[in-house]
Amino acid sequence: MSFPHRHLLGIKGLSEPDIFYLLDKAEEAVKLSLQREKKTSTLRGLTQINLFFEASTRTQASFELAGKRLGADVMNMSVGNSSVKKGETLVDTAMTLNAMHPDMLVVRHSSAGAVALLAQKVGCAVINAGDGAHEHPTQALLDALTIRRMKGKVGRLTVAICGDVLHSRVARSNILLLNALGARVRVIAPRTLLPTGIEQMGAEVYSSMKEGLKDVDVVMMLRLQRERMEGAFVPSVREYFRFFGLDAEKLSYAKDDALVMHPGPMNRGVEIASEIADGPQSVIEQQVEMGVAVRMAVMETLMLASGRN
Amino acid sequence: MTTRVLENLRIVDPSQQMDETGSIIIENGKIAAIGQNAANQGTPEGAEVINCKGQIAVPGLVDTRVFIGEPGSEYRETIASAGKAAAKGGITSIVTMPDTNPVIDDVALLQFIQRTARDTTDIHVHPASAMTKGLNGNEMTEFGLMMEAGAACITDGRKTLRNAAVIRRAMTYARDFGALIACETQDEDLAAGGMMNEGLLASWLGFSGIPKEAEIIPLERDVRLAELTGANYHAAKISVPQSSKVIRRAKDKNLNVSAGISINNLTLNEVDIGEYRTFFKLSPPLRSEEERLAMVQALADGTIDVICSSHDPQDVDTKRLPFPHAAEGAIGLETMFSAALRLYHADQISLMRLIEVLSTKPAELYGLDAGSLRVGASADITLFDPEMPWVHYKDEIVSKSKNSAFEDARFTGKVLATIVNGQTIYSDE
Repeated sequence: MSFPHRHLLGIKGLSEPDIFYLLDKAEEAVKLSLQREKKTSTLRGLTQINLFFEASTRTQASFELAGKRLGADVMNMSVGNSSVKKGETLVDTAMTLNAMHPDMLVVRHSSAGAVALLAQKVGCAVINAGDGAHEHPTQALLDALTIRRMKGKVGRLTVAICGDVLHSRVARSNILLLNALGARVRVIAPRTLLPTGIEQMGAEVYSSMKEGLKDVDVVMMLRLQRERMEGAFVPSVREYFRFFGLDAEKLSYAKDDALVMHPGPMNRGVEIASEIADGPQSVIEQQVEMGVAVRMAVMETLMLASGRN
Repeated sequence: MTTRVLENLRIVDPSQQMDETGSIIIENGKIAAIGQNAANQGTPEGAEVINCKGQIAVPGLVDTRVFIGEPGSEYRETIASAGKAAAKGGITSIVTMPDTNPVIDDVALLQFIQRTARDTTDIHVHPASAMTKGLNGNEMTEFGLMMEAGAACITDGRKTLRNAAVIRRAMTYARDFGALIACETQDEDLAAGGMMNEGLLASWLGFSGIPKEAEIIPLERDVRLAELTGANYHAAKISVPQSSKVIRRAKDKNLNVSAGISINNLTLNEVDIGEYRTFFKLSPPLRSEEERLAMVQALADGTIDVICSSHDPQDVDTKRLPFPHAAEGAIGLETMFSAALRLYHADQISLMRLIEVLSTKPAELYGLDAGSLRVGASADITLFDPEMPWVHYKDEIVSKSKNSAFEDARFTGKVLATIVNGQTIYSDE
């Protein structure tokens, strides 16, 4: 079994075996991360550049740690406030970096499709660390790994994705991945935060948390950006929390052992109550742990696929 | 006195409902005789005779919506380079849009375009006048003086007027000068942040969409105001069947309303965007296949009057960017006709009707001396082989900008020669 892709630009295009391949590899990485000696030499001599056009502490740290544990040389570049302001285009930045012969580029950009554009112009493997509202494949993979470790499977579970699906790359990647593995997906949100055609995207649509959460195995909360909750898409924070924020009462409609997930960073008291975020059903910290493992698995796999390791 | 005779060709001229085999006799840049009659007259003494067997002659094509970079962005396209591209595409008359830098909102600037065209290109160039100064959407330009100087129409180019009172007054005022008001309609607020047609495809790509209502609502507003004011109104680039219905209703009421459509919306659809191909980021956006087919039908049944190229040269600085930051628009002068012939080859439209919407009708609506091969008319003629296959390779693009939505496209039907005022200005090899 091998992994027939040069880049990881999205979950779209991955088959069920591709996904299982990555998840199985990530399991090995989880074990490694529990040892005292966490560093291997798998990617020794290879160069990984984290190119973040949009600020992100968590994802960037996770990719950095993953690369270092595999023995790669990791360089972080936050481009958000340098070249772009000087008018350099994305493609020019890509060409400049390409001339430095990296082996892996980890890219985050605020525009959907920007990572794919960059991948066309460089000679190395590109990993999408989030592009606009398009995809965030490693997040979906780490979510799946978390679910599989807690529930023993992903297929045939019912997963509710709640909140700002419209602007969420996490939601899109998760809808694709969960469908690929045979889970049932629900989305719960006010209509203003759902994309057109959501019914045809492989999700059942609910506008009430009570109905939507009924008997689900997993509750995935999404982050609501502050600028979107003051009249533009929903009238106010308090109204949003009242109808769509996850509190103990709403969670009680789900299965008793339902998992509570959140991709972070959380807005406590907006989309999720603190007692739930810190409660016994929350696996939010495990998600972070699985993040490093999944990213190690992805990088090792892509380097193996391109014959570089 | 020079005389040229084109013989053995099929002539399709919607202005006289002519579709026959014969000759065209050109004297002093004008049509002296045409058709079977001309063939029976015999060859005038001393004439240059050109055998055009297998070719079709039609009135030179008229493109009523061409964006050019001159003045202001000459590196994208000059009037000269657009003229060459047009000639290659069989287009002999173009109406240029006022969205340049500076905006064509003053007689002196209009005359600059006319002068530059006279000095640098062989095709007929008819500049349009801006409707509002600097396209600011508020103050009217001098319609009377602009029309007197030869403006082809009054338009704010890519911009949709936001203020209904301004467009009402513009329509009222323009009427007395016989000016055609040509508008694109896209509501700025409804389309805000939209990257492509609203729908499933946009949702998967992570984009907000442009709903069809963004086009229909300002169009309905404009048509109502045209009814109120009696203006001569042209909806320049409609893209959805609901817009055709608005136009159809206006025509049924005998309003002075007409409609155009970009060749892109007739021959491409939203799926062409694929994985973020910016050359397909257009305005209006490419719609669904179902909607495209409905627009072809509206063209065939007479609801839509004009096909335009919406030629919009953009360089790598505005196109080789992430999709949301890329400019809208594609070049189209060189491919409009061959792309339009796809509709003919698919049996969706007759050749007569196709030439009507590409030449006769736009000339009539914009009041141009073009669109007809009647005796006495200027000898602007497009000669083409409807069956010749060719591929539109990037290297062969004549336009200064290469942002073609038909890169590497395969076509059946090619322009072989373009004649303006009796002179061959383009010939295929």
